[in-house]
Amino acid sequence: MQPTFSSSRILQPVRPWFVLVTLLVALALNFLPTSAWPWMPDWIALVTIFWSIREPRRVGMGSGFILGLAMDVADASLMGQHALAYVLASYAASTLSRRILWFPLGQQALHVLPLLMLVQFVQLAVRAMPGTELPGLSYFIGPLVGTLAWLPLTFVLLLPQYQPVDRDANRPI
Amino acid sequence: MDHQPPPFFKRGPAPLARLSFYAGLSLALIFIDARFQTLELLRQGVSLLTHPLQQAAHAPVQFFENAASYFSSIARFQDENSRLKRAQLDGAETLLRTRHLEAENERLRKLLDVKGRQQGNGQVTQILYAARDPFTRRVIVDKGQQDKIVAGQPVIDDAGVVGQVTRIFPFVSEITLITDKDQAVPVQIVRTGLRSVVFGLGNGQLELRFMPANADVQNGDLLVTSGLDGIFLPGLPVAKVVHIERDTSYSFARIFCVPVAGVENFGEVMVLDPRATTLLPSQLTTEAAAGGTKTPLKPGAKKRHLKRE
Repeated sequence: MQPTFSSSRILQPVRPWFVLVTLLVALALNFLPTSAWPWMPDWIALVTIFWSIREPRRVGMGSGFILGLAMDVADASLMGQHALAYVLASYAASTLSRRILWFPLGQQALHVLPLLMLVQFVQLAVRAMPGTELPGLSYFIGPLVGTLAWLPLTFVLLLPQYQPVDRDANRPI
Repeated sequence: MDHQPPPFFKRGPAPLARLSFYAGLSLALIFIDARFQTLELLRQGVSLLTHPLQQAAHAPVQFFENAASYFSSIARFQDENSRLKRAQLDGAETLLRTRHLEAENERLRKLLDVKGRQQGNGQVTQILYAARDPFTRRVIVDKGQQDKIVAGQPVIDDAGVVGQVTRIFPFVSEITLITDKDQAVPVQIVRTGLRSVVFGLGNGQLELRFMPANADVQNGDLLVTSGLDGIFLPGLPVAKVVHIERDTSYSFARIFCVPVAGVENFGEVMVLDPRATTLLPSQLTTEAAAGGTKTPLKPGAKKRHLKRE
């Protein structure tokens, strides 16, 4: 796999422990006491969508469900609310993965924005059914920030897969 | 992912099947949690796994906060210390007299053979963080099952009622603030003694509902807990009336209040011990159990009913 469709560099296969570590780091980032900053993106949604696009066979709905349950407990929200949102986003991402990877990074980010919005809207719908107060428009700033974070995030998460560039005139590939 | 793989590549169930499995499981969880509230054990189990990670995530934040307070000037602390000493001295007279009055009240109640008032005791806890959930107003405090906190205990700060313990985890517990939407506190207006229930609005304010349009309520009225719920001790300040709308087209007045306590502040709060429950006389409980089902029973029928039990 290449970092972007136009790149001539070929990536090494992903290491499973690295995927696990990034998911745990995303969970820890979500556990930071950031309730005062509503623009904080949902890191778990971002990382789950990233790996669902890049490695749909390793990371998908199962990990989204488990991380969602952890978020529900830590967040004191309705049980299953985050889980449902992450499962749907992960399914959509893995279905779109063949398509999204053909775009340059900026347009990939535009594909990710509706997925992040889906995560917020699913949670809003789940909470609106039993009836709660509605959060303000700042609730939807998080996905925009997450979209902007897509480019640096892609670079960071693919970093361990880059091979050193060694030019060997005698090697066929 | 949508096209069918040849059967010799094992790829597990189809994506759509997996989606319906996980989505169905989540929806079932949502439904059970919203309707029956029977998932507390699952919550506590998951929290045992997430708690260490949460602690780890909070450690650097706490470190920076501690470092900041370490380097803050000593003059500020001296100033605060002297201010607190003065405040304590100011309050000392009232406190001493309150103690005296409470003792006297206790004695008079004994003379009148009325059951004594319960003393409020509790545990001081620290608010760790506000829950990240943007739909509710809840905070997490640092005491849980280990410190024998139980769900339902009232929580106060130095000025008044803050909220109520709603969920307990092994090491932490969750407090729903009185400003949370539809969180209800039975109150009494100090000036008139009128009883009502105050509800959270979700925007930091409270509303006194179901008061007739001509009710005797004024701006600035103080609401204290009435104690009729059997949870809150009577007489704790809850809110102050700030705005009243009397519209003749509605039969109820809309009365808005703001909490007296620093509900949205961070710091220390006190979790009061659960109130000693006063049991109803046995006759009343049997009547309530029987009367809930049908129209009032005849004396004979009641006797038979009791015998069967």
